[in-house]
Amino acid sequence: MREDQQYRIPSGCAVVGILNQDGTRISGESIIRSIAVMHERSNGLGGGFVGYGIYPQYADYYAFHILYDHRQAVPVTEDILRKECDIVFEEDIPFLETREVYNHPYLKRYFLRIKREFPNEDDEIVRLVMKINSSIDGAYVISSGKNMGIFKGVGYPEDIGRFFRLDEYEAYCWISHGRFPTNSVGWWGGAHPFGLLSWSVVHNGEISSYGINRRYLQNFDYICNLQTDTEVIAYLVDLLVRKHGIRIPYLGAVLASPFWHEIECMPEPGKTFYRSLRIIYGGALLNGPFSIIVGFDGGMFGLVDRIKLRPMIAAWKEETFYLASEESAIREIAPDLDLIRPLRAGEVISGQVGERAHHGQKLTVSRV
Amino acid sequence: MAKSLLFPEFKIERDSNRCISCQVCVRQCANDVHTYDQEDDTVTSKEEQCVGCQRCVTLCPTNALQVDTKKTGFRPNASWSIQHLRNLYKQSETGGVLLTGMGCDQPYRIYWDHLLLNASQVTNPSIDPLREPIELKTFLGAKEEMLDIDWNHDFPVVKTKLAPQLELNLPIVFSAMSYGSISYNAFRSFVEAAREVGTYCNSGEGGLHPDFYPYGNNIIVQVASGRFGVHRDYLQVASAVEIKIGQGAKPGIGGHLPGEKVSSDVSRTRKIPEGSDAISPAPHHDIYSIEDLQRLIYAIKESIHYEKPVSVKIAAVHNVAPIASGVIRAGADIVAIDGIRGGTGAAPLVIRDNVGIPIELALAQVDERLRQEGIRHRASLVIAGGIRSSADVIKAIALGADAVYIGTSALVALGCHLCQKCYTGKCNWGIATQDPYLTKRLNPNIGKRHLVNLMRAWAFEIKEMLGGMGVNSIQSLRGNKEHLRAVGLTREEMQILGVKPAGEGW
Amino acid sequence: MKKIVIYEEYCIGCRLCEISCLVKHSRSGKIIKAFKEEYPRPVSRVHVEEEGYLSFALQCRHCVDATCIEYCMTGAMHRDEKTGAVVCDEEKCVGCWMCIMSCPFGVIQREKKERRIASKCDLCGNDGEPSCVTNCPNEALSYEES
Repeated sequence: MREDQQYRIPSGCAVVGILNQDGTRISGESIIRSIAVMHERSNGLGGGFVGYGIYPQYADYYAFHILYDHRQAVPVTEDILRKECDIVFEEDIPFLETREVYNHPYLKRYFLRIKREFPNEDDEIVRLVMKINSSIDGAYVISSGKNMGIFKGVGYPEDIGRFFRLDEYEAYCWISHGRFPTNSVGWWGGAHPFGLLSWSVVHNGEISSYGINRRYLQNFDYICNLQTDTEVIAYLVDLLVRKHGIRIPYLGAVLASPFWHEIECMPEPGKTFYRSLRIIYGGALLNGPFSIIVGFDGGMFGLVDRIKLRPMIAAWKEETFYLASEESAIREIAPDLDLIRPLRAGEVISGQVGERAHHGQKLTVSRV
Repeated sequence: MAKSLLFPEFKIERDSNRCISCQVCVRQCANDVHTYDQEDDTVTSKEEQCVGCQRCVTLCPTNALQVDTKKTGFRPNASWSIQHLRNLYKQSETGGVLLTGMGCDQPYRIYWDHLLLNASQVTNPSIDPLREPIELKTFLGAKEEMLDIDWNHDFPVVKTKLAPQLELNLPIVFSAMSYGSISYNAFRSFVEAAREVGTYCNSGEGGLHPDFYPYGNNIIVQVASGRFGVHRDYLQVASAVEIKIGQGAKPGIGGHLPGEKVSSDVSRTRKIPEGSDAISPAPHHDIYSIEDLQRLIYAIKESIHYEKPVSVKIAAVHNVAPIASGVIRAGADIVAIDGIRGGTGAAPLVIRDNVGIPIELALAQVDERLRQEGIRHRASLVIAGGIRSSADVIKAIALGADAVYIGTSALVALGCHLCQKCYTGKCNWGIATQDPYLTKRLNPNIGKRHLVNLMRAWAFEIKEMLGGMGVNSIQSLRGNKEHLRAVGLTREEMQILGVKPAGEGW
Repeated sequence: MKKIVIYEEYCIGCRLCEISCLVKHSRSGKIIKAFKEEYPRPVSRVHVEEEGYLSFALQCRHCVDATCIEYCMTGAMHRDEKTGAVVCDEEKCVGCWMCIMSCPFGVIQREKKERRIASKCDLCGNDGEPSCVTNCPNEALSYEES
């Protein structure tokens, strides 16, 4: 493991997300413009993007974006991939070296499926990703979802966006992140978004419950080794939503639970619901300041911690749903809005393709 | 008759300028150390009987007394300490097993004193407990891994019925101290304090006096190897049932209540003859293997209709991790682990000081092992054995405990001065005795007040430390070893504890 | 009126109440001086009654129908207007000790200072909590509204 990976980096930062709920795909140009407005929230040591809907021609295949610290890791990794998967296409991820971003690792993408028949292909992909990340020195799977991809590195986000030529892609959902780490770090894999399957997470904050969240996830065979807090958020979301069936609007009940004294005053069935979830999922509670945007296949949601220690604004204009750390980032690309409001503590606001924009109306469930 | 070679442990210094011969010390000493001479109007003291309980010193109205350890004139010897010599003389004169009380007093390493806590700064704000809620609420019991939820309603409905839980307002429970080893008034102080604070106390292996049945909602009852006082009402009235397999102060042997302490009330509660020694057998004679334990756990669960959690208490020994794992697979909802520093009313000295391991190491290993096996959620861990302050409590939680049992700390709150003579039944503070002259000395109103004060103070200190770490629910500290760092430990010790050395960052 | 209530189940028979009462009513108010230097030694107005392991501290009950007031020849024994306590005016007392003989509780003492007088509990002159109550180490005495 690289020396600078030994340290877990907490995140100061900027986040922004754009979702077209009618499925319209747009280029990465607007998200780059939006995140550039929040330049001061980053310090140039990390920036990243995720786009959903960027690989329509390979929509049925898992798109693996793999980062290689050194070339020796490539054959070892590709060996495993070829053994377990059918790779229908692979290529280097196109980039444009700029004055700002030039010292980069080797980045490649593969479109693949698991060779053998499994009852749950997603579980097998997760296992494969965990295997590559923990056992091969110098190889990291950055994203592993279908028809989506994560692009990230060391540099200001707008520079990273230009490096990866994101104006050439079209996505119905873009999410971006700019980083302000407090340790010096030169590792591209440490930037956000952090992804697993089709989940991607950008995060502004520091998880003080990291130690227990990581050990809780170990029970379910998730291995945290990318040394960022954000990793646990992504794995927790995968566990709770995909494996345990918790619906997204109710994730706040587990990740940013209401206080016991609030639960005491709730009417049934809410009281039993929140109480039971808190008792069972104590190890999944996220403590410490955070505001996150989570992207998934067909949508995205935002969530803030239970005592609102980091900012997050939600806004709607016709069929487009925005989330950002600052209002100015949204106004830069959409000066005219139907509605704009900050998230409340512990509140999940989500949007999905195919749904009418609801302005967060139906989801006042996390707190009384 | 041969002269005893036993020398007094304590020396008593009486300042004659201050002593007013009021005789408070004469009346208060249960060991008859002080006597009043009418002729001279003076009080003299016989040091041989003194146990160093400090009762006379505390009550003397003019502070005329000082009781200190007595220096002997033996040549200093690093191997043959005074303690060893005393024990040898005593055993050669009596031929008996040396008894003692309270917890191990030997200078083995105390790991709590080598663990340091974290605080949040800059990147993560600390939380102010005076202005924000900091939650200490704790649930003890088996937890399901996931819930069956019906999403097809206006509001999701939880279909799974949770396993029975004990709900505590703070992660501290009063440890098992039997009625018999402690007095009625001491026991009453515990039940009343537990009710007021919103936690539980443990009946120990002495049965439950009928006066305390109304407090059942705050009592965990114990089924130990002697099965003292175990009958249907006993199990029904309690909030949880604990099967005591072992105890940290004396792993491998059973409880011991000397006959002097079996008064008529105690005999009625335990259902044994008055004045007879109550010696619990070493194993439960119906538990000779893990499957026998499973049978007993389920027999008890049947008798309480699966409505309450069943706990199993084991001592911390070398193999504690696989034992704990087996106990959970046998059906326990709570596993209580008692370390070498755990207290007792009576135990052989040689066992108390030499058998068992420190709870810190046991806890770290058990927690890690259960997580590796994927069964950590199936039972709550409650640990005991030398928890001396709120800092110890928080370190225990960070190492993975769900809650802690406190015994010695609670007794000290009631007035105990750790003279270690509980087995004589002459506790001058009215705690570890059944002598009616002595039991009066513990006013349960005062006892309850002191315990409630202690719990309140610790709860606030824990909240301060949690807030300092940027955590506002104790669930987020539980097992979170990232908030601990070690100083002055070997590499192996840090590995066993799972804690990084101080100075290492995230 | 406030009176001293006795909780005999908590009395440990230490007699610290007697000592503190004696000191409170001494000339110097200091314990070592009162015991070693004052002659004759001041008298405690409270006494611990004991039988077996049962004990309790007994002082004047400040009866509503105080017989000592009735029997007093000089009117020294009277009821304090403010506190409602039965108090002996030592200036007026001639030491006939009829009050002692009449008291159904036996809580009045013979005392010899410069001359003979009768000594009894005066609730410490309404100077806050009576000394015996404050100094009982086990809260066996309590100063409560009756």
